[in-house]
Amino acid sequence: MLGVGLLMLGAILLFALIGPVFVDTDMAQPLSAPPRLAPTSAHPFGTDDAGRDLLAVMVAGVPLTLRIGFLAGAVGLGIGVLLGFVSGYVGGKVDTVIRGTVDTLLTVPGLVVLISIASTIREEISVNLMALVVASLAWMWPTRTIRSQVLTLRERAYVHMAKLNGLSTMEIIWKELFPNLLPYLAANLAGAVSWAVLATIGLEALGLGPQNEPTVGMTIYWSITFSALIRGMWWWWSIPIIFLALLFVSLIMIAAGLDELANPKQRKAA
Amino acid sequence: MRVGFIVRRVAVFFVIVWAAASINFFIPRIATDRDPIREKLGQLAATGGLRQEGVEAMVAAYQAKFGLDKPLYVQYLNFLADTARLDLGYSLSNYPTRVGQMIGNALPWTIGLLLVATLIGFSAGTLLGALAAWPRAPALFRSAVFPLMTLSAIPPYLLGLVVLYFLGLQWKLFPLSGGYSAGTLVGFRLDFILDVLHHSVLPALAIVLQSVGFWALGMRGMMVSTVGEDHIKLAQANGLRQTTIFLRYALRNAFLPQYTALGLSLAFVVTGQVIVEVVFAYPGIGTLLFQAIQASDYTVINGVAFITILSIGLVTMVMDFTYPLLDPRIAHQRRD
Repeated sequence: MLGVGLLMLGAILLFALIGPVFVDTDMAQPLSAPPRLAPTSAHPFGTDDAGRDLLAVMVAGVPLTLRIGFLAGAVGLGIGVLLGFVSGYVGGKVDTVIRGTVDTLLTVPGLVVLISIASTIREEISVNLMALVVASLAWMWPTRTIRSQVLTLRERAYVHMAKLNGLSTMEIIWKELFPNLLPYLAANLAGAVSWAVLATIGLEALGLGPQNEPTVGMTIYWSITFSALIRGMWWWWSIPIIFLALLFVSLIMIAAGLDELANPKQRKAA
Repeated sequence: MRVGFIVRRVAVFFVIVWAAASINFFIPRIATDRDPIREKLGQLAATGGLRQEGVEAMVAAYQAKFGLDKPLYVQYLNFLADTARLDLGYSLSNYPTRVGQMIGNALPWTIGLLLVATLIGFSAGTLLGALAAWPRAPALFRSAVFPLMTLSAIPPYLLGLVVLYFLGLQWKLFPLSGGYSAGTLVGFRLDFILDVLHHSVLPALAIVLQSVGFWALGMRGMMVSTVGEDHIKLAQANGLRQTTIFLRYALRNAFLPQYTALGLSLAFVVTGQVIVEVVFAYPGIGTLLFQAIQASDYTVINGVAFITILSIGLVTMVMDFTYPLLDPRIAHQRRD
């Protein structure tokens, strides 16, 4: 499962990397091609109402979407690792506060909060700012899972051994806990990135993405706003859907595959 | 159940609601130094609805009316008092209409659609997942897990566009958009109810297709560990009927995490599928939110956010109170 997922993600990355060699990404701007063309040899994915070449939009947009997703996922995981380790290892009052905050925030509907933030800063939003907005809600789940992992690990014999040998707290966290948690962290990263891409595409599909960048989600937004479906312009909405479906399926397979590696107990379920 | 637990849980609920209201108040004021009233009137002036020189006076008049000329803490206290009375203020883009009224009109549509779709997805998915992990079930159920997992990875609004294309546009089995046919009278009559159901099939299908896989995966995971437990072996050795073992010994024990997750997703019924509604132009909260975003109608956006957080807080609280009924081991007793 992990292999297939990585292969699919690799194919998408390859498309984003090699694409610009063959395709002029300036064609992703409006008025660069005749509007409303069905796929032809000159425009393999067709063009939209505003005369964007959809192949160029995908070549330019897929890396933007991935960048927002990975940035937000990585920032979210980073905060999660920090808080999870502190909460799990230090314990006590700190733990109570962090755990309470996380549990409360987890019941808050992420997309709605993101919508209110993104719609207040809509005009200024850029790709990096978008990643930060999404990251602001991407850290709770990692914090919670990492905390519970740290809790079970810190009572292991080898941690006690390290303590008796006089290692400092930082050394124990860095040399003993961290390496043992790596598979969990990788699975968590895949999950966080997956969530971040989902939230990003959701915001973009509502028209709240970066306004001047040709992202995949904004393509969905334009195609919904201009009723591409009813007007028979099937290429306009189906092509971004295919890309997004591939991306989401690859991410969930990677997350599930890594999870299997990290939790041998679940292997028999697969 | 201890009184202390109930009091603490209700207190947590009010803290959540207070925090949500405060975020609603402060985010627009921190994120930008923009002034929605001045902007709105500026737009009207630009489109020829107002003369430019009158705008400043009107801005001052409106600010006094909405209390925006007062210091921040007074505004905050007024805001909290209004929110406590569930008064969400006026819509900026449809001025005399109140936000509460707009949400009230949209809410029944969303709750109806999402409640039914969530329950169908939950029941079908839970049963499928349980059967996929049950050794004596046909292999068909095991092989269904992978395609369902794939579907569950794709956001329902994208699935919605696909089912809309095939079932709505190509084969013309279902209407393309809206909650009911234009021109019909709204009321509790059979033809109207059938019309509403007909319109809700496609959006519901999109949600069910995506959620079945999610529920099936969760249930299968729990079932796999339950099947290996001693009490199942004992039941087998006692020669109980297979359906009895499956339903009462395995399924019931594996069910609790599913119930927790169902509670959360029921809580999300209010806003769960904003974009699905937009795709189908369904007259619920999602479409209301979408229109508010397009019109920069901050009071409506924040009103929807607040109502959502409120309802989720309520549902999760009720869930916490009902666990002991489902699983006697959880009694909310202090262990001495």
